[in-house]
Amino acid sequence: MAPLLEVSDLRTHFSSFGGTRVIKAVDGISFTLNEGETLGLIGESGCGKTTTCLSIVGLLPPAARIAGGRITFLGEDLTTKTPREMRRVRGRSIAMILQDPMASLNPLFSIFWQVAEPSYYHQGIRGRSLRERVRELLRAVRIPSPAQRMRDYPHQMSGGMRQRIVGAIALAGGPKLIIADEPTTNLDVTIQAQYLDLLKDIQNETGVAIIFVTHNLGIVARMCDRMAVMYAGKIVEHGTVRNLFDAPRHPYTRALLGSITRLGSKAPLYAIPGQPPNLARLPAGCAFHPRCPDAMPHCATQEPAETRFGPDWTARCWLAATQPAKEAYDNAST
Amino acid sequence: MSTSIIQSTKSAARTLSYALNRFRVGRDLPLLPLAILVPFVLIAVFANVIAPYDPIEPIPGAKVFEPPFWAPGGSVRALLGTDYQSRDVLSRLIFGARVSLIVGVTGTIVAGGIGTALGMLAGYIGGWVDQAIMRVTDAWLALPAIVFAIFLATMVGPSMWNIIVILGLVYWTRYARVIRGEVLSLREREFVKLAEIAGASRTRVILRHILPNVMNSTMVLASLTIGVVIIAEASLSFLGVGVPPPQPAWGSMLADGRSMLMVGDWWLTIFPGLGILLVVLATQLFGDWLRIRLDPQQRNL
Amino acid sequence: MTTPVLEVQGLQKYFPVSTGGLLHRRTGWVKAVESVDFAIMPGETLGLIGESGCGKTTTAKLILLQERPTAGSIRFAGEDVLALRGDALMGYRRSVQVVFQDPYSSLSPRMRVRDIISEPLEIHTNLARQSMRDRVAEALLLVGMQPDVADLFPHEFSGGQRQRIAIARALVTDTRLIVLDEPVSALDVSIRAQIMNQLEHLQSTLGVSYLFIGHDLAGVAHISHRIAVMYLGQLVEIAEATELCARPLHPYTQALLIAALPAHPDDTRERLTISGEVPSALAPPTGCRFHTRCPHAMPRCAEEVPVRKDVTPDHSVACHLYT
Repeated sequence: MAPLLEVSDLRTHFSSFGGTRVIKAVDGISFTLNEGETLGLIGESGCGKTTTCLSIVGLLPPAARIAGGRITFLGEDLTTKTPREMRRVRGRSIAMILQDPMASLNPLFSIFWQVAEPSYYHQGIRGRSLRERVRELLRAVRIPSPAQRMRDYPHQMSGGMRQRIVGAIALAGGPKLIIADEPTTNLDVTIQAQYLDLLKDIQNETGVAIIFVTHNLGIVARMCDRMAVMYAGKIVEHGTVRNLFDAPRHPYTRALLGSITRLGSKAPLYAIPGQPPNLARLPAGCAFHPRCPDAMPHCATQEPAETRFGPDWTARCWLAATQPAKEAYDNAST
Repeated sequence: MSTSIIQSTKSAARTLSYALNRFRVGRDLPLLPLAILVPFVLIAVFANVIAPYDPIEPIPGAKVFEPPFWAPGGSVRALLGTDYQSRDVLSRLIFGARVSLIVGVTGTIVAGGIGTALGMLAGYIGGWVDQAIMRVTDAWLALPAIVFAIFLATMVGPSMWNIIVILGLVYWTRYARVIRGEVLSLREREFVKLAEIAGASRTRVILRHILPNVMNSTMVLASLTIGVVIIAEASLSFLGVGVPPPQPAWGSMLADGRSMLMVGDWWLTIFPGLGILLVVLATQLFGDWLRIRLDPQQRNL
Repeated sequence: MTTPVLEVQGLQKYFPVSTGGLLHRRTGWVKAVESVDFAIMPGETLGLIGESGCGKTTTAKLILLQERPTAGSIRFAGEDVLALRGDALMGYRRSVQVVFQDPYSSLSPRMRVRDIISEPLEIHTNLARQSMRDRVAEALLLVGMQPDVADLFPHEFSGGQRQRIAIARALVTDTRLIVLDEPVSALDVSIRAQIMNQLEHLQSTLGVSYLFIGHDLAGVAHISHRIAVMYLGQLVEIAEATELCARPLHPYTQALLIAALPAHPDDTRERLTISGEVPSALAPPTGCRFHTRCPHAMPRCAEEVPVRKDVTPDHSVACHLYT
C-alpha cells in the first residue's frame, strides 16, 4: 500500500535582509504517513514543525521557499504544483486546524457561511442541500442545536466551540489528511480532552490521517501512532510512539521524556541545560551537542547521519549509531 | 525623583543613539533630511562666525534692494542681496535660522513637556483626572491654533521667549492625546502591575516605568511637531506678532519682502521661503524615518 | 501550632455588571470568587488549579491587593491584611510578591536587569547603592544566573532567563510568599523543568512559601505539597498532592484527572463523563455550581450549597456525596 503522504529530504529556507541571510528552518526531513494513521510532530519553538506543515500545504510566508526535496501526496508531488492547484488540494484533500480559532474564523461572517464555504466553492452545493450539509458537519463535531448555532457569530461562542467549528470547516471537503497545529493549546483541560476524543472518533469514522503538531508529549501519547521529534530543523528521531517512549534512542528524546511531569510523581525532573538553538547561529556538527549529556568529541564537528533501528525507526545520533542496529531492533518492543 | 527624569532623558538619548548607531552602516540613515538638517543646525549654532555681516545693521556702502551677486546689479559684497534697509539678506537668513531653530526646538520641548505630562497623568490616573484633562484637550483643540496664538501674542506682547511659551501652549494637545492612548495600554502591561504590587508609589511608576516607555512616541511626535512650530513662528512673525524687529526671522523677512515681489525683487522672499520649506520638509521626513525605525524595534523589545 | 503565612477565610469577590450609557444601572454581578478558605504554611507550596472562569486569577489578585474582596478576610502571619495602612501595608507588600505567566511583558523593557531586581529594595529599604548591588548579585546567583548580567537589558534574554530574573526580583526583599501565576506555561518544555527545579531548590534553601497557580495538574502536583481545586469561583476540594491524584473525591477533580494527558501511550483512561462547558459566572447554577455537569448529581445538589468538610484528616471536599 503506498503511503498517503511521503516527505523526502524537504528543505525550507527563510531569507532575510535582502537575501543575505538564510535560515534553514527545515533542513532535510523525511517521513511517511499512511492512511488513517496519526503522526505526532513534536518539538519546541523554532524547531521547524510549523514550517514543515506550511510547506506541505503550500502556505509559506513570502520570505520562505522550499529549497529542495519532495512532498508526495496521493501520488503527486506537491512542491511542483501551482498556487491554484494547491488551493484545490487544500479545499478537498488536506485541511488544517490551527492553534487560535479566532484567527481562523472571520468575525464578520456567521458560522453557517464559514462552514458552508468549502462545500459551496469546491463541491458546488447550494440551497437546502447546503444547509443540510452544514447541519451534518456541525453534528459531526458535536455542536449542540446546530440549526440555531448556525446563525451565530464566532464572538458569541466559547473557545472550545470555536475550535469545533474550525474542525467542521476542516471536515467539509472530506479530507484525507488533517494537519492540526497545536489545536488544543489554548483550551481548558476538560475541553481539550473532549476535543481530542472528538478527533479520535472522527478518525475512526472517516479514516482520515492526522498530523498532530505539538510540544506536548502527553498529546502524542494519547493521540498518535507514530511520532517524529524535531530539533533545529531536522528530525532527530522518529518511530512508533511506544518505541520512543519505552526506549528512546536520541538523547533529546530521552531528555524530553525525562523533563515532563508525571501525575502523582514527585521524582526530580531532568532539566535540559541551555536554551533551544538560534537557527541563525547553529553550532557545528550535531545541533543538540551543546546541551547533550552524552556528547562526544566528534559530535561537535560532524553532523550525525541517520541510523536505522527498525523498518520505521530512525535516529540521528553518533552515540545511538554505536549501538549495533540489530541489537537495538531486538531490544525494542514492537 | 529628578534623577528619574534625568534617567528617562538618558534612556531616550540612549535609544536615539542606539537607533542611529545600529544603522550607521550607511544603509538606512535618512540621508536627505540629515543633509538639510545638519547644516541647518550648524549654521544656526555658529551664526556669529558664519554670517558675513551684522544682521541688524545696514552694510556700509551698500544700496537698498541690491539683487544677489549673480544677477545684474548685484555684487559679491552682499551674496544674496540686500533688503529695504541695505541689510545683508544672507546674514539675516543665517541669524533667522537661529531663531527658527531656537523657537522650533524649545517650543517643541515646551509643548512636548506639557503634553506628555498631561497625557501620562490622564492615562495612568484615569477617573476624573482623565476626564478633566481630556475635556480641556478637546476644548483646546477646538480653538484654531494660529488665531489663538495671535490672541495670546497680542496679550503678552511680542518677544522670542513669549512666542516659545505661546507655541508650547498651543501645540501640547497632540502629545496629550497620543501619549494618553499609549499609557492606557502600557498600564495594563505586567511590569507596571508588578511595580504596583511591589508597593511603588504612583509617582514612581509614572517616572520609572511609564515615562521611559512613552519616550519613543514623544520623540517621534517631537520631530514631526518641530516643523509645525517653525511654520507657526514664521506665520506669527509674518503677521507681525512674532519675533519683533529688528531681530531677523524668516517669517518677518517674508512679510517685509512681500510688497517688493510686485516690482520683481524676488530674493527678499524666495530665500527665507526656501529656508522654511526645506527645514520643515526635512524635519517631517526625519520624523517619518524615526517613527519607522523606532516602532518595529520596540516590538522586538 | 505554627501560624500560617497566609490564611484566607470566606473570601468573596463579586464584580458589578452595569449597563453602559449615562445611568450605569447595575444589571447583575459576576460572582468570581465565592467563599474560599485556605491556609498556606511557611515553606509550603499550595497549588491552585482550575479551568477558565474558576476564579484562581481573581483569588491571586485579591491576595495581592490588586482588588478588594467584597467579603471575607485575608490574614498574613496572623494580621488582618485588609486593615493595613501605611508602613504596615508596605511591610505586607515587601513580604508578598508575584511572578506572572508572560516573561515578555513582566520586565520593564527600558530598565537594566539590575534596576529591575533592585526596585523592591528601592521602594522598601534605605540601603546604600553598593549594598543593593550586592543583594542583586546574590539574587541572580540564587536563580542560577551570573551576577554580571545585571548590566543588560531584558531583550537580550530568552523566555526562561527572563522568568529567572522575575523570580530573582520576587526574592530580593526577604519575601515570605510568592504568588506564581502559571509561571512556566509560556515557556518551552525543556526550560520548564529548569524553572520548576529552581523553584523547588529556592524553597528548600530559603523557606519561602508559594501559591502555585496552574492548569496542568501534573505540573502543579509535582511542585505542590497540597492542592486546592476551584470550579466557578468555589473551592471544591483540598488535599495533599499525591493523595488528591490517587483518591480524588469531588466529581470535578475526578474529571480533571481523567482529562489529564497521559505520560505513556499505555496509560489508558476512561472517557470523560462530563460534557459541555463551564457556565457563565454571571448566572452560576444554584446550589452546588457543578451540579449541571456532574454525573452523580442528586436533587439536593441544585438546592443546597455543599459545605467543605474533612473526609479524612487533611483532605476536605465540598460535595453532597460525602455528607
